[in-house]
Amino acid sequence: MNTTSVADAAYIVAALLFILSLAGLSRHETSRQGLVYGASGMFAALAATIGLATWHRPAASAVVLAIAVAVGAAIGLRRAKAVEMTSMPELIAILHSFVGLASVLVGWNSYDTVERRPGQHEFIESLLRIHHAEVVIGVFIGAVTFTGSVVAFLKLSARMKSRPLALPGKNLINIAALAAFLCLTIAFVVTPSPALLIAVTVIALALGLHLVASIGGGDMPVVVSMLNSYSGWAAAASGFLLDNDLLIITGALVGSSGAYLSYIMCKAMNRSFVSVIAGGFGLAPAAEDDADHGDHREIDSADAAELLNNASSVVITPGYGMAVAQAQYPVAELTRELRERGVDVRFGIHPVAGRLPGHMNVLLAEAKVPYDIVFEMDEINDDLVDADVVLVIGANDTVNPAAAEDTGSPLAGMPVLRVWEARNVIVFKRSMASGYAGVQNPLFYRENSQMLFGDAKQRVEDILAALTAHPASRQRIGV
Amino acid sequence: MTQVRSACIGIVRESAEGETLVSATPTTVRQLIGLGYDVVVEHHAGAAAGFTDLAYEQAGAQVSDLKAAWGADIVLAVHPPTAENIDMLTDGATLVALLGPGRDAQLLDALAARPITALAVDAVPRISRAQSLDVLSSMANVAGYRAVIEAAHAFGHFFNGQVTAAGKILPTKVLVAGAGVAGLAAIAAASGMGAIVRATDPRPEVAEQVRSLGGEYLAVDAEQQASTDGYAKQTSGDYDRRAAMIYSEQAADVDIIITTALIPGRPAPKLVTAQDVARMKPGSVIVDLAAAQGGNVDGSQPGQTVVTDNGVTIIGYTDLASRMPAQASQLYGTNLVNLMKLLTPGKDGRVVLDLDDVVQRGITVVRAGEKLWPPPPVPVSAAPAPAQRRPAATQPEKQRPSSPARRFTLAGVGITALFLVNVFAPEPLPRHFTVLMLAVVIGYYVIGKVHHALHTPLMSVTNAISGVIVVGAMLQIGSADTTVRVIAGIATLLASINAFGGFAVTGRMLSMFQKG
Repeated sequence: MNTTSVADAAYIVAALLFILSLAGLSRHETSRQGLVYGASGMFAALAATIGLATWHRPAASAVVLAIAVAVGAAIGLRRAKAVEMTSMPELIAILHSFVGLASVLVGWNSYDTVERRPGQHEFIESLLRIHHAEVVIGVFIGAVTFTGSVVAFLKLSARMKSRPLALPGKNLINIAALAAFLCLTIAFVVTPSPALLIAVTVIALALGLHLVASIGGGDMPVVVSMLNSYSGWAAAASGFLLDNDLLIITGALVGSSGAYLSYIMCKAMNRSFVSVIAGGFGLAPAAEDDADHGDHREIDSADAAELLNNASSVVITPGYGMAVAQAQYPVAELTRELRERGVDVRFGIHPVAGRLPGHMNVLLAEAKVPYDIVFEMDEINDDLVDADVVLVIGANDTVNPAAAEDTGSPLAGMPVLRVWEARNVIVFKRSMASGYAGVQNPLFYRENSQMLFGDAKQRVEDILAALTAHPASRQRIGV
Repeated sequence: MTQVRSACIGIVRESAEGETLVSATPTTVRQLIGLGYDVVVEHHAGAAAGFTDLAYEQAGAQVSDLKAAWGADIVLAVHPPTAENIDMLTDGATLVALLGPGRDAQLLDALAARPITALAVDAVPRISRAQSLDVLSSMANVAGYRAVIEAAHAFGHFFNGQVTAAGKILPTKVLVAGAGVAGLAAIAAASGMGAIVRATDPRPEVAEQVRSLGGEYLAVDAEQQASTDGYAKQTSGDYDRRAAMIYSEQAADVDIIITTALIPGRPAPKLVTAQDVARMKPGSVIVDLAAAQGGNVDGSQPGQTVVTDNGVTIIGYTDLASRMPAQASQLYGTNLVNLMKLLTPGKDGRVVLDLDDVVQRGITVVRAGEKLWPPPPVPVSAAPAPAQRRPAATQPEKQRPSSPARRFTLAGVGITALFLVNVFAPEPLPRHFTVLMLAVVIGYYVIGKVHHALHTPLMSVTNAISGVIVVGAMLQIGSADTTVRVIAGIATLLASINAFGGFAVTGRMLSMFQKG
């Protein structure tokens, strides 16, 4: 037994704990257990590594290590405590960028310790070549993740326009960057030089920048999960580089998790992964923008409250607009009020609502909406016919009937919440502008739809006020 | 139309013998009035369907005579008009009825001779938007249901299996040929009564619908072609041979056969031969919904019930929908209300016909004396609505087989690449690949089970654990070189933010989820 074998054993335990952590997240009941597993896994890995890194090493290393971990932990914990639930997507995006950057640094360091010092390492010739390749690949993935995540962060936090960047021949640019990377990798394997590694780093940084900049805001859920996946592969590449199984396992878990989430998101939007990456959604001119949709009807808060008070079944379909308006608290309050009056209130969540997979669920949970009345699109779609009132709060493309009915629409074929089948639909909206996809929504002009203009939070509060002024209704409409 | 007063809708009494349907019920009259129209109902128009004149009056209609109803601005009818009826129409009137424009060219000429607009509701294109106007689907639905009722009436046994003190009763077996609207209605009705239901249809895509209604789908193993207009096409010879085998087998086994196979513009396909009928058990019942179009069954007579020598009853009623007049009229009437909604965008009792709209263009067969039939073809959207007719192969589909082939090729290339890398790579690369591969597979299956609502926490946990890259950075801190140590320190710092922040924020999120 020596320090290395102790550390290796700890790594295996940590890897198992990470797997158990993800498995625990499959259900609400076990999710906290999963978190405990994950944190213990991380603890085991850190403890083992700290032991390994400081054993018989210069004291300076231990100091640097202690300072780095302490500062990192402090920043991380503070951010985690301060973050608003509505800005989760930004936080997750920026955290991805850290993994990417760390992976780039690890790659460069490895180059510095191995390639730059011939003779001072224990690699035999053939293994050295593999090490060269691993360095380049690790740096490349890490750098793409880094700049991609930074751009995603900027877009999500509205510090940068969410419109897709449309450079001429953008697919060609991406392909050329990949081809250049391939050539440089081969060149680096043959004769490693810092210039080549710098070139790869720069190309990868530019590629990450361009890749995410050319993806529109509506595709952000896919982008975030894609970057999640990349950050995993970056960690896995570092694992290859450092001959560390824990990094490989963790990286692969994260990588496949992100890939799976991206796949779910793409399916929910009826788009192929490639088309999302190729970007530019929302640029295509809408097929029938100037078509006459007829008139929309408006409703005021008092009438909306009246309608809700008389309903026996209400379904609420929130979208990103609810997050923007921070309306989840009054919505939860409204839900409680209606449920106390015996109204059956449920939530219908579209898989791509919000800017992150499961974003709406987190917001509703934050506002203490019980999770057993929150349903997925597929679970609730067939029940919408029986709903007396559907409240569409800040959702647009995910409730667009054109996706189901108009084959010429850019949204055609995307599964949507069929809210228009309900008896009454109240749409909370700031104006008649179209959604992220830039597609007009015929829902607003349906006979059973009424528009409630204004800030969603303010409007929901108005309804709540009107409702509490009302006595509970005995008579319920509907069958 | 430019006049200010709102237009008047006439509901006529069907003159065809034995016809019990009516084009509007008191319920739909109320809806028509809601669209801004005045409604005139002919005396006893709804009597055969159980709707009294009084009920119409209470709904807000005016009850009047034949002349007033046919002289309205808009005439709603079920059957095509007679020559006298056409003469009674006023100039500029709109006639809405089942006109069968593809079958009856003479009628079209007669209509085009008058300055009127004629809308054939049986020519509604099969697109999802127009489903609410599709009277053929409505009628097929009623007919399919009624076919089961007629079969049960003629059949001397329970449908459901029972174990009673007087012995065990086996459930009735029903075969439904053609899983269009009528077929699906029949499947639902029969399985609702407890029978074992099997169904055939050349379109494999209906298998799911059949199963959803409690039926078992009998696949015919032959090449198919997807329907482009939502209706069935003629089947290939190969398909027919295999299907015939299925029908022969089933005939010997089942107690009731209901056939619903129609192909637009062609005689109905013969599905059940005289030999098949001969193989059925005495007391068995066949209902042939296609009897009027030549019949799917050898020996079926339109409008008649025939009992064969071996005691099989073959029902060939052509008026199944009319045998449930109240229900059928309600559905037909509602379809017409939906049509009027489409034609009355202002809800002001004035018809505005928009020929740029494919639905309205499709049903307009005559306008102001000009024949507009046939309309330009309309391809159906996405998955076609359950069609009453049967499609099938005239050409094998080219694209479908290539897709799995491509997938296998891709998987093959990937696996070969993995194999080659591991053949040539020295240790420890193969070991790393083993670990990577297994971890990817585990990740895929574990993540696949994660509840949708927990996707955000999942992301932040995976984010936190990818902070494990801190391990790599820490190991490099041990280096003797200062540059390496500093860079490794920065990497450690960044990765620590992830590891600690990620778990903390996940914990915060998870503590919010609560059960109600």
